[in-house]
Amino acid sequence: MKKVFGHPESLTEVPFTYCPGCHHGIAHRLVAEVMDELKIREKAIGVCPVGCSVFAYLFFKCDMICAAHGRAPAIATGIKRTKPDTAVFTYQGDGDLASIGTAEIVHAANRGENITVIFINNAIYGMTGGQMAPTTLIGQVTQTSPYGRDPETMGFPIRMSEMLSTLEKTAYISRVSLHKPANIIKAKKSIKKAFQIPLEGKGFAMVEILSTCPTNWGLSPIEASKWLEKNMIPYYPLGEFKTPQEVN
Amino acid sequence: MGEKILMKGNEAIGEAAIRAGCRYYFGYPITPQSELTAYMAKKLLKMENASFVQAESEIAAINMVYGSASTGVRAMTSSSSPGISLKQEGISYIACSEIPCVIVNMQRGGPGLGDIQPAQGDYFQAVKGGGHGDYHLIVLAPSSVQELVDLTMDAFDLADKYRNPAMILGDGLLGQMMEAIEFNEKPKVDLPDKTGWTLTGCKGREQRYVVSFDLDPNILEKWNLNIEKKYKLLKENETRYEAINLENADMVIVAYGTVARIAKTVVQLAKKEGLCIGLIRPITLYPFPEKIIAQTAEKVKKFLTVEMSLGQMVEDVKLAVNGKAEVNFYGRAGGVIPSPQEILNKAKSYM
Repeated sequence: MKKVFGHPESLTEVPFTYCPGCHHGIAHRLVAEVMDELKIREKAIGVCPVGCSVFAYLFFKCDMICAAHGRAPAIATGIKRTKPDTAVFTYQGDGDLASIGTAEIVHAANRGENITVIFINNAIYGMTGGQMAPTTLIGQVTQTSPYGRDPETMGFPIRMSEMLSTLEKTAYISRVSLHKPANIIKAKKSIKKAFQIPLEGKGFAMVEILSTCPTNWGLSPIEASKWLEKNMIPYYPLGEFKTPQEVN
Repeated sequence: MGEKILMKGNEAIGEAAIRAGCRYYFGYPITPQSELTAYMAKKLLKMENASFVQAESEIAAINMVYGSASTGVRAMTSSSSPGISLKQEGISYIACSEIPCVIVNMQRGGPGLGDIQPAQGDYFQAVKGGGHGDYHLIVLAPSSVQELVDLTMDAFDLADKYRNPAMILGDGLLGQMMEAIEFNEKPKVDLPDKTGWTLTGCKGREQRYVVSFDLDPNILEKWNLNIEKKYKLLKENETRYEAINLENADMVIVAYGTVARIAKTVVQLAKKEGLCIGLIRPITLYPFPEKIIAQTAEKVKKFLTVEMSLGQMVEDVKLAVNGKAEVNFYGRAGGVIPSPQEILNKAKSYM
């Protein structure tokens, strides 16, 4: 019998610590499947963030380093510049990438570092108990926007993919989501490109993955996916914002 | 070998680092050390298997060093006081994960934005922590451009030997001055093999990780205790100092770096006046040369610590003296450099 599905080689056997319905689980799996398909597990070095996925170093079966909050793109730069034959990726949340790490992501993208950035955008700070993120939507209630995000004092949510796409040396920027099977399939294709393109030396690649946080949104996993579709996608349109000049 | 070259301090550090095998430098411009950053750019951008990045900030730079050094290479960053403040979080991570690297601080007047004149106001930051948590940097205090060269090369060896970040604690004067120096062939040091922990891609082995985090306090405590063992070894094996004129001294000055140079002149001036003043010059600030100070305190009953600060190293001198002698202090702040005469006057006032 032909084996058509199984545990990805690029994931360890350690059970995930994520909440039921959390999209980190799916995202991890997709990244691992891509690493398997591209056969890069043994040359991959991943940089995990501060946030719920701080534990990613336990889940990915490749060399990993834990970054200080927001600094993963800088660490990735140091690694890739030193060991250009490795497949370097960061895995970051919205606080890590779009708040404290804004300088690091902008400049790694601007220098066109040949790294893959997996950006999990769930519009909230999960690990610390549900505070506002730079990507929290207007009117969204969080621990630090208890009356809803008010643009007067809190600004508007940041569209990182669009913003980074304006930088010359970003080779691949896309936004996907995981709320439906069709989207998950598209997300995997995008993640695969995001790994391939820097590996070919073509520049910086990022996939922004719209994800749910049922626990801190106060919704069930199914309601959370519906909320994502109804509220996040209109503000954060899905698609590829930047692709390399040559067609793959 | 034996050939003397006239070099500016900042550039000498860069050349020394490269000769010590450092090919990866990540930095950010800041006065009074920008010549070092520029030198590394000039050299490394023309080398194979080397990398120079002017990072977006000192924070990014230390994190680039963290990533680079975790793959097993010799990596370095440099800055001056305010920029070193920015690096503290990164340094704490590096120390906890036991990644060797070299950090150069060419101190300037502080606190805050301060000024660009030489100072020694970062002693506490360098020696007592700076970043959060229980860790120490290996701290080397050069006092001449030759020592900038020698100690930079030693810093890489020490960092590798102990798997601990090492700091060159200089100042703006040393960085800017030009002196004739030699690049001497160093005796080969036996260094531990790095292949057991470096991140290189897990081909042919189990995956590994570089982490400074464990939610289990018992495990984290064990990590801390393991790291502490290294500091005990450092104290036993790597303490360095220079001692001048301790025999029959009526007073001993304790000073490091630029101030120690000035203090050597004070010793000479004192001799001319018939006074016997000695000098203990710590070369390693961590590990601090407490033994020689404690021994000297048995016979010499007056110490004068002189710093370009309002009194930081003096606390360690007092600890080492442990009440056996009088410890006085003289300092200038804000980037002011004391003159030999004013130090001598102060010394005489205590004698």
